[in-house]
Amino acid sequence: MLDTIQGTRTVTRGGLTARRGRLVMLGRTARRSPLGALGLVLILVLLFAGVFAPVITQYEVNEFAGLPNETPNSTFWFGTDKFGQDLFSRVVFGARISLQVSFLSVIGGTVVGLLVGSFSGYKGGWMDTVVQRVVDTLIAFPALILLLMIVRLLDPSLRNVIIVITIVIIPGVARVVRGAALAERNNQYIEAAQALGATDLRILLRHIIPNMLPLAIVISTTLLGTAILAEASLSFLGLGVPPPNPSWGADINTARNSFPINIAQAFFPGLAITLTVLGFNLLGDGLRDVLDPRLRGSS
Amino acid sequence: MLTYAIRRTVMALMILWFISIVVFVLMRMMPGDPALLQQGIQATPEVIERVNRELGLDRPMPVQYADWLWGILTLDLGRSVLSQQNVTDEFMVRFPVSLQLMVLTLFWTVVLGIPFGIISAVRRNRWPDYAVRLTAILALAVPSFWIATLVLILPQQQWGYAPRLDGAVSLFENPSQNLKQFIPPSLVLAFAPMASVMRLTRSSLLEVLRTDYIRTARAKGLTDRVVVFKHAMKNSVIPVVTVIGLQVAGLLGGSVIIEQIFNLNGLGQYVYRAILQKDFAVAQSLVLYTAGAVVFLNLAVDLAYGWLDPRIRYS
Repeated sequence: MLDTIQGTRTVTRGGLTARRGRLVMLGRTARRSPLGALGLVLILVLLFAGVFAPVITQYEVNEFAGLPNETPNSTFWFGTDKFGQDLFSRVVFGARISLQVSFLSVIGGTVVGLLVGSFSGYKGGWMDTVVQRVVDTLIAFPALILLLMIVRLLDPSLRNVIIVITIVIIPGVARVVRGAALAERNNQYIEAAQALGATDLRILLRHIIPNMLPLAIVISTTLLGTAILAEASLSFLGLGVPPPNPSWGADINTARNSFPINIAQAFFPGLAITLTVLGFNLLGDGLRDVLDPRLRGSS
Repeated sequence: MLTYAIRRTVMALMILWFISIVVFVLMRMMPGDPALLQQGIQATPEVIERVNRELGLDRPMPVQYADWLWGILTLDLGRSVLSQQNVTDEFMVRFPVSLQLMVLTLFWTVVLGIPFGIISAVRRNRWPDYAVRLTAILALAVPSFWIATLVLILPQQQWGYAPRLDGAVSLFENPSQNLKQFIPPSLVLAFAPMASVMRLTRSSLLEVLRTDYIRTARAKGLTDRVVVFKHAMKNSVIPVVTVIGLQVAGLLGGSVIIEQIFNLNGLGQYVYRAILQKDFAVAQSLVLYTAGAVVFLNLAVDLAYGWLDPRIRYS
């Protein structure tokens, strides 16, 4: 759907309408939004690190590779922790966990939020009221407190961390999508479709939801950064993905509590979190500029 | 306006009621027996039963819920399951700590966020603008607990300076020690709201600067300073104030980690520990108050907007 929206966007020049290729679009986008392009590069580097982690790193995550607490050197680029584990390996493999958690939870949260929001906005009536009150209720909780309460209900595991973050993401997406669906419903083409006898389900699936997709994509890109921070915060508090999985947040916490203090162990995972979130935020801003002309230049 | 205000208020109260149910149910669903936590694993079943009776946990759930809600309304929050302390008393001790942290954080947010936002808008697309925007983007990406950790451990390693982490000192007893304890965490906590305020001030001011009346003001020959501060700021500051109001609500959550790291014995730390230990007398009341504060801030914003802009009331 995104492709059709982009592909059919036409550019009038000298009275002629020209259909632009997708690659050209991409190049133009990158030029118009250099920061967005930078974000994309950061994310691609990170994805590469996550996917090819075993190739990039020399040591296993939980391998006692060297002496304890070595400072960064040519063998151990980021130094070692108190067990002599290679911190570079831990940061690179940590990317896997972070990306897995953020992508899965954001995809899950966006899909559910998109469906709920579209349905609620399009149908209106008492269903809408009920859904909106539930959303209001969940949004009123400070996100971290809601995360803490739900995470305490479940056993610590990778899967449960993903579930918890998904749940916390849903209401925000549902609210934004619902607002947009409400506006979309008032378009004449919807009326035309109804006059032609299209069922509600068909209108939802063929018209409303596809038109919500660009919006959902923009929201979800920014949410990826939020999800990374959420996972890191939970791990930092010792409630995230349990060991022996390497986790950026957990490593910062370990560094904080270890003696002697290991600056490198706190520094590099935090830098990784920052660059990842930065990448997703920049990419989200760039996508928003391209997909939502109304907001162009507003930030 | 009155009907609108009543409708919004009723809705807010309803949401508050939903929240109370969600909190109550979530806390009861958590694994772990509070009586067992209080007495230790060697406790006999008779002891557990007695403790449960003392805590009122042997009563039916709806009764417990009603009892708790009544306590909330009459400001009697009961006793902590673990420490046996009166929750209201503990709340009174911890509230000033969180309040000071929040006030300081807001202070930085306003004092740093708004002026830099103005500079960024006025010097649009020149280096001060780029510097401010870059700072804002970075500040939104940096995890606060990372900065907090570095702030604590770097001086420790470099100069052997370890800040005192034995709980907050009162501002009135020892002002210098108090500020030493509160300035670093409040600055760290201010990162994200400051960045949002900077960005919003910038975009909101830019929007106003494009309007006709600003062009008229310039055409009259007014100086930039007068145009920006006398004419443009008044109109562009409204959304900024709104967002600052909502940031307060966000801070309630953000302070949980920061208070924990800096060992400031405020409400954030209290609620965090209570959730971890399933001390529901503490956790459910504090979470309800926190969420309630968010609901009422939102309500206040809605009402203010409805009052300022009649179109909103009828939508």
